[in-house]
Amino acid sequence: MPFKRYVEIGRVALVNYGKDYGKLVVIVDVVDQNRALVDAPDMVRGQMNFKRLTLTDITIDIPRVPKKKTLIEAMEKADVKNKWESSSWGRKLIVQKRRASLNDFDRFKLMLAKIKRSGVIKQELAKLKKENASSI
Amino acid sequence: MAAKRKTPVKTRNPDLIRGVGKYSRSKMYHKRGLWAIKAKHGGVFPRHDPKPKAPVAPEKAPKFYPAEDVKKPLLNKRKPKPTKLRASITPGTVLILLAGRFMGKRVVFLKQLTSGLLLVTGPFKINGVPLRRVNQSYVIATSTKVDISGVNVEKYDDKYFAKEVEKKKKGGGEFFEAEKEDKKTLPDEKKENQKAVDASLIKSIEGVADLKAYLAARFSLKSGMKPHELVF
Repeated sequence: MPFKRYVEIGRVALVNYGKDYGKLVVIVDVVDQNRALVDAPDMVRGQMNFKRLTLTDITIDIPRVPKKKTLIEAMEKADVKNKWESSSWGRKLIVQKRRASLNDFDRFKLMLAKIKRSGVIKQELAKLKKENASSI
Repeated sequence: MAAKRKTPVKTRNPDLIRGVGKYSRSKMYHKRGLWAIKAKHGGVFPRHDPKPKAPVAPEKAPKFYPAEDVKKPLLNKRKPKPTKLRASITPGTVLILLAGRFMGKRVVFLKQLTSGLLLVTGPFKINGVPLRRVNQSYVIATSTKVDISGVNVEKYDDKYFAKEVEKKKKGGGEFFEAEKEDKKTLPDEKKENQKAVDASLIKSIEGVADLKAYLAARFSLKSGMKPHELVF
């Protein structure tokens, strides 16, 4: 199966190890076989090993090693933030973060809500089962 | 010793370097006003005669001398510091008890007593925990707070929780005769106190959705819950 996500200038990647864990960064240049020059609006441009990055589907249109201002403009134009947060990967990460930050009281309320929901579902299921049984 | 001053004196001789003052002896004599004190007392420095000491009874020779010299233990003037309350525990915080009869119960914190223990209540109607003292180390503080403004906890202190001392009767033969009279019942006064504290608490608890059920339920670790990753 061919590769779909390529390392290229403008590829948006997720940092999966290290100090900037969980951040979205843009590859602005390739240093050598293993490392890329990487930049994001809220960090100092620096090198990162490819092993620390996971490529995403999003790319933006930038020249090689753009100024911070151009980078930020290009990111706004491509609407990276919204594309990421509406993608299923991005949504999963947001949910994971929310679940991890739940309070003890929040977890209790969540449990009550789950029980309520499953109660409603089971009622409907029982209704359907009864209809099915009576029609046979 | 001379009488202590109410506020300790700031030295009038600032340090240039450690060990070297700015002003010389003669300058300091003038600054401290010793010349004025001398002038007030006619050129002499005032002298206080020692107060007459009360007559000391003559010490008697002891009846018994130990065979070897007995060592005196060293003097220990250590005073333990007052227990520091964790910053996450403020009046009205919901705490989770970790040990004892009420293990796992979620409970409302009222105040810290002078002994360092925390005064805590269920409220009793909600989860059966009465006004009780609990040690800070056996408690997890959650970030949920209850409005505690209507509660007056002034009169509760460590003496309120002291055990009643039973009068011991002399007479070894009465061991198997009369056992203890009754089970100790809780005096009505304590029940009234519990109701008084819980009244306004329960009102503010019922104002928040699900909080009453939350306090009534016990906490337990389920499968997959990692305590070091949980946010309380």
